[in-house]
Amino acid sequence: MSASERTGAPSYGAEGRPAESGSPRSFTIAGRDLRSRLLLGSGGFDRLETLEQAIAASGCELVTVALRRIDPSAQGSLADTLRHAGVELLPNTAGCFTARDAVRTAKLAREAFETDWVKLEVIGDERTLLPDAPELLLAAEELVDAGFTVLPYTNDDPILARRLEDVGCAAVMPLGSPIGSGMGIRNPYNLALIREQTALPVILDAGVGTASDAALAIEAGCDAVLCASAISRAADPVAMARAIALGVEAGFLARHAGRIPRRLFAEASSPTEGLADLRPPTH
Amino acid sequence: MIHVNGDPVDGHDGATVAELLGTLDVPADRRGIAVALDGDVLPRSEWPTVTVAAGARVEVLSAMQGG
Repeated sequence: MSASERTGAPSYGAEGRPAESGSPRSFTIAGRDLRSRLLLGSGGFDRLETLEQAIAASGCELVTVALRRIDPSAQGSLADTLRHAGVELLPNTAGCFTARDAVRTAKLAREAFETDWVKLEVIGDERTLLPDAPELLLAAEELVDAGFTVLPYTNDDPILARRLEDVGCAAVMPLGSPIGSGMGIRNPYNLALIREQTALPVILDAGVGTASDAALAIEAGCDAVLCASAISRAADPVAMARAIALGVEAGFLARHAGRIPRRLFAEASSPTEGLADLRPPTH
Repeated sequence: MIHVNGDPVDGHDGATVAELLGTLDVPADRRGIAVALDGDVLPRSEWPTVTVAAGARVEVLSAMQGG
């Protein structure tokens, strides 16, 4: 009987599980070693200088970008900033509501950036920005067939994650809560189920609000965390980039340190034997 | 008339894609650019030769900040 079965407490997974491969700062997607378990979204930074400083503070290696109409009057180029920062860009399909648009956007991104990696987003609704599961699966299958390395932003749904793995995605990227909501991980139980069933990298892809959310994601078994708004819209984005990077590292170390089981009642850590006899005299 | 990134461009019917990029002050050899012609990807290798007929929609795209 596991600790959580004994106590009836919900488990975030990993209690007493032996250490997995990888190190606090590196992991592998599709055979490619990445030097950080934190991926950064480039959206929401007021200035490219701040983005570049946040990249340095986070130590990340992959930074997402969107594909949009070129602005000939723009001062400074995002691509130049990323090249200068020494990171790779990961194009996304943000803003696509259908598999058709997402596939075309991914193919345009491949043409522009000479990468076949894509963060696949197919959104169902502007208010929640939650993924449209059937369209997402269709797009994933088509892009895998077209030779892409597909990293799908998905619901925290273990069955959908399995279907995405079945069609050949290189990772699954479940949300903790809606994009930009900062609501953290609303269903750690589902995240643990996704972790338990797949050998693919699991990357928490939305909802992180602060460093403790990132730590919790890694403790729950995620291999990495992708953050945009939590860093770019913090009052001090550069400080938050560093904090979240440390949260990710702390989460990894804690997960592999083997946490104590959750208990309903206290368990004393001081010995009960050898207690002094401090009763008052009886005569 | 051709539409480039949603804006009407006069006097360039039948121009090549590379010539149309010039109307945006975008050099055709600039990295990090993709072009869609009427909704389909047009590979960079075809920009100097493919001509754009009146009524076509050309999208010229590059990296922008995003999640």
